[in-house]
Amino acid sequence: MLASLARLGGGCLQGLERLGRGQALLARMIGGMPSLALRPRLLVRQIYNVGVLSMAVVIVSGLFVGMVLGLQGHSVLSRFGAEESLGVLVAAALVRELGPVLAALLVAGRAGSALTAEIGLMKATEQLSGLEMMAVDPVERILAPRLLGGLVAMPLLAALFSSLGVLGGWFVGVGLLGVDDGAFWGQMSSRIDLDEDVLNGVVKSLVFGLVVTWIALFQGYHAVPTSEGVSRATTRSVVHAALAVLGLDFVLTAIMLGD
Amino acid sequence: MARTPTIEILVGAFVAAGLVALLFLAVRVSNLGAAGGGEGYRVTALFDNVGSLKVRAPVSMAGVRIGRVENIRFDPEALQALVTMQIDGEIDRIPDDTLASIFTAGLLGEQYVGLDPGGSESYLREGDRIGLTQSALVLEQMIGQLLFSNQEETSE
Repeated sequence: MLASLARLGGGCLQGLERLGRGQALLARMIGGMPSLALRPRLLVRQIYNVGVLSMAVVIVSGLFVGMVLGLQGHSVLSRFGAEESLGVLVAAALVRELGPVLAALLVAGRAGSALTAEIGLMKATEQLSGLEMMAVDPVERILAPRLLGGLVAMPLLAALFSSLGVLGGWFVGVGLLGVDDGAFWGQMSSRIDLDEDVLNGVVKSLVFGLVVTWIALFQGYHAVPTSEGVSRATTRSVVHAALAVLGLDFVLTAIMLGD
Repeated sequence: MARTPTIEILVGAFVAAGLVALLFLAVRVSNLGAAGGGEGYRVTALFDNVGSLKVRAPVSMAGVRIGRVENIRFDPEALQALVTMQIDGEIDRIPDDTLASIFTAGLLGEQYVGLDPGGSESYLREGDRIGLTQSALVLEQMIGQLLFSNQEETSE
């Protein structure tokens, strides 16, 4: 009885400790960002790692998601004779939800896991302690550019995902299923709002970019420095990032629709 | 270090592609182009019943959108709904005896304000009030009237 209580308490304390450490790490990374202005190359390198390398998977999935939305939307809308609204349906779904969320999930799998493994291995091979030994702060030098890189790359990736999705939906709807081209774009632009839809999507993807890279870096930085520990941290990074993105998406949507 | 230039080119291409995508979403997908102008003048109208008219609903004349509904509130003195509409600046020759009606686009579509021009020589200006209005059709009232007139016919 007492033992199980103690385990529960211990678990809670451990969870709180990790949360605190994560926030302390985030604060240190943000503190290290201004000095990046002196070394823009580091940031460019990380935008390459997160953004450019994730571009192919984001473009291909965006196209296919848009095409599927076009097919499914058309089959439902044609029952009501409202095929012209296909553009609104595809664009609203992509810009508001699917673009930011799916791009974040893809980045968590494609780049987040790589970040965790990289940092974890650096820790396991004592490169991070080596840097500290040379009086270089690894948080400032290694982690901060990665966080900022994720933060910059994510909204761009989400915008790419949404745009290609809309083009995919257009290809299926207008090209294959014969929806009127003018109605597709016209209804879309009259119903999709710049502030409420597009900018909210950008805000979402900024938050997701921060959360996904933060979780990935935290898991790597606090990984158990063994090969098993790094592999566990990589798995945890993807799982936690995916859960955080989906949970936060609900919260953000509730806030955005609330007012 | 020899590979840095290619990385910089790729990152540049990525950022450019992302910005183009954002621009595409802003201009082509959303209504940035249609909402352009923003400036214009405001006119008000009192309606007995605005139905489910929403703020930002289109204001159209001859089927073409010329503005949008900016504000809807209840006027406690007239006991009517006061609708403020913003009309695009370049459309400055709307007669002041114009009729404003609330229509529904399609069977289940959103409601909008339609303007039918009158024949007056003087035109609406900033802050003017449209005197002639026609309320939204409320489906329940129409059905009620229909049932009522049917009953009268059968009883006769």
